[in-house]
Amino acid sequence: MSSFLLRRFGQAVLLLFIVSMIGFAILHLAPGGPMSQFAAGGEMSQEDLDRIAQQLGLNRPLPVQYGEWLWRMLSGDWGRSYRDGQTVTAIIGSHIGATLQLMATSTVLAMTFGAWIGILGAIRRYSLFDSLATVGAMIALSIPTFWFGLVLIYVFSVWLGWLPSGNRYTIGDGSLMNQIHHMIGPVMVLALVSTAVWSRYMRSSMLEVVNQDYVRTARAKGLSERSILIRHALRNALLPMITITGLHVPTLLSGALVTETVFTWPGMGRLFLDSISYRDYPVVMGILMFSAVLVLLGSLTADLLYGVADPRIARSG
Amino acid sequence: MSASHVSVETLSLPPPGLWHRPGFKRFRRHKLAVFGACGIVLLTLACVLGPMLLPYTDTFIDIRQRFAPPFSGPHILGTDPLGRDILARLLMAGRISLAVGFCAMIIAMAIGVCIGLIAGFYEGIVGTALMRFVDAMLCFPSIFLLLAISALIQPSVPSIVMLIAMTSWMEVARVVEAQIRSLKSRDFVQAAVSFGASHRRIMFRELLPNAVAPIVVAATLNVAHAILAESYISFLGYGIQPPTPSWGNMLESAQSYLTSAPWLAILPGAAITLAVTSFNFVGDGLRDALDPRMDLG
Repeated sequence: MSSFLLRRFGQAVLLLFIVSMIGFAILHLAPGGPMSQFAAGGEMSQEDLDRIAQQLGLNRPLPVQYGEWLWRMLSGDWGRSYRDGQTVTAIIGSHIGATLQLMATSTVLAMTFGAWIGILGAIRRYSLFDSLATVGAMIALSIPTFWFGLVLIYVFSVWLGWLPSGNRYTIGDGSLMNQIHHMIGPVMVLALVSTAVWSRYMRSSMLEVVNQDYVRTARAKGLSERSILIRHALRNALLPMITITGLHVPTLLSGALVTETVFTWPGMGRLFLDSISYRDYPVVMGILMFSAVLVLLGSLTADLLYGVADPRIARSG
Repeated sequence: MSASHVSVETLSLPPPGLWHRPGFKRFRRHKLAVFGACGIVLLTLACVLGPMLLPYTDTFIDIRQRFAPPFSGPHILGTDPLGRDILARLLMAGRISLAVGFCAMIIAMAIGVCIGLIAGFYEGIVGTALMRFVDAMLCFPSIFLLLAISALIQPSVPSIVMLIAMTSWMEVARVVEAQIRSLKSRDFVQAAVSFGASHRRIMFRELLPNAVAPIVVAATLNVAHAILAESYISFLGYGIQPPTPSWGNMLESAQSYLTSAPWLAILPGAAITLAVTSFNFVGDGLRDALDPRMDLG
């Protein structure tokens, strides 16, 4: 087990290293690079630009710059925002809560509904419900998230007037009910894709399990269909879902960015977009790297949890 | 060698026509895939031929007919804030969005197939390094990567195509790598190796043709992904820039009129959904048709 842990951890560190190189390359190799913000104004002479490059250390060899950048990232110094001089880590820290709140709530919802749809689809395979769920999941995966958000706002906020059209809470009213009321719309949008993904994987995972020998044995023992499903099939079918949840983090983060934009939700995704429009590169790079680290942590945690839940993996893998 | 080849040829039955081949039959049985194929053909035809048949061009400003709702006057699907015909704009935007999706797919496939082919063939250090690079690229949530780079470049149709291709080739590389690795140990490849075939010949003449099925499936799904990616970044303001219409940027400008003119937002979104769903259905159908192991009835 511990060697599995170590190896998996080592892979994650190596991956993080490559991720950091890609991030650095994006910052430096894109046309203009870090100097483009100064050159774009057109008010600086070439000498000014050279002096800035000298002061910021941008005229040194790339490997040296990369080494220094990596060291600063690792020691927690992610730079300061061009916009207001706050540290990047502090800005991300003050926005990540709202994003995690959305992501966690919609994941729990998507797991519940998706698993239920998938299990029902697998039990009544090729029934009307199963076909509808299949088509529905495909459409849900094809709908642009932001458009679904706009349609929801139109129907529930403009037309019916049931839901607020954005923000995390009404100013001056921080009650829990008010916050939940504001969360309904964005959570529905974010949960749509996750529910579709969960229902598809749950269905195929369940179908794989119900044909296994131990399920047939349970049936031969004369156990009730309900007990077979819950005690024998479901427990094993849920195992691969740990991995799916871990691998779903990038999709969830992308979805959160779009959802936050549509619902003016003050989270990390909207911060990212705002920073891009202000050309606030330290914050943009900070969030880009932070999201990649979240994705890595997601898949690492999923692997470790899977190892705990299914000891065969840890021993053989 | 040639003699045995001839005898096999004479023994085998004449190949069935395309329409009756088993794969094609499985595809036809897949109702959703047929629906998707029809959707793609209709959308493409409409976008290519449609604008020529309409009385209005997409740039014609009819200021007295501003904000006309659909089915209410001479403009079938209504007009936008400048009085431009929405149907004409939808079709012209469709040309751009579909072309961007298709071109981005071609480039993404070229990159993904090459990387996957090399990584799968030369496993070892080269293969591991390439595949770890693929893993690392996949750590970045796609929209974050797209937006971060789009902020650094001048947005234009070709640069958006490149951008989408550069951030969507990784899945293809994974699929191809896995396929090539499993094909490599097969007898026909061993035979080619023992004949002294060059690496390039083995890769492109022996391995690649046998990996076509998963590549075709990945390509179809990749078009869907690319159309969606274009709509996301255009909606967020960093993709195709007005006045060039795309489904994504039509939605961006529609956002402010959601209360007074909801059709401005509903129609382009429906077009995106139709296009992406169609490609996803076809991709799904192709997967079932080309992968006999999945043929469960």
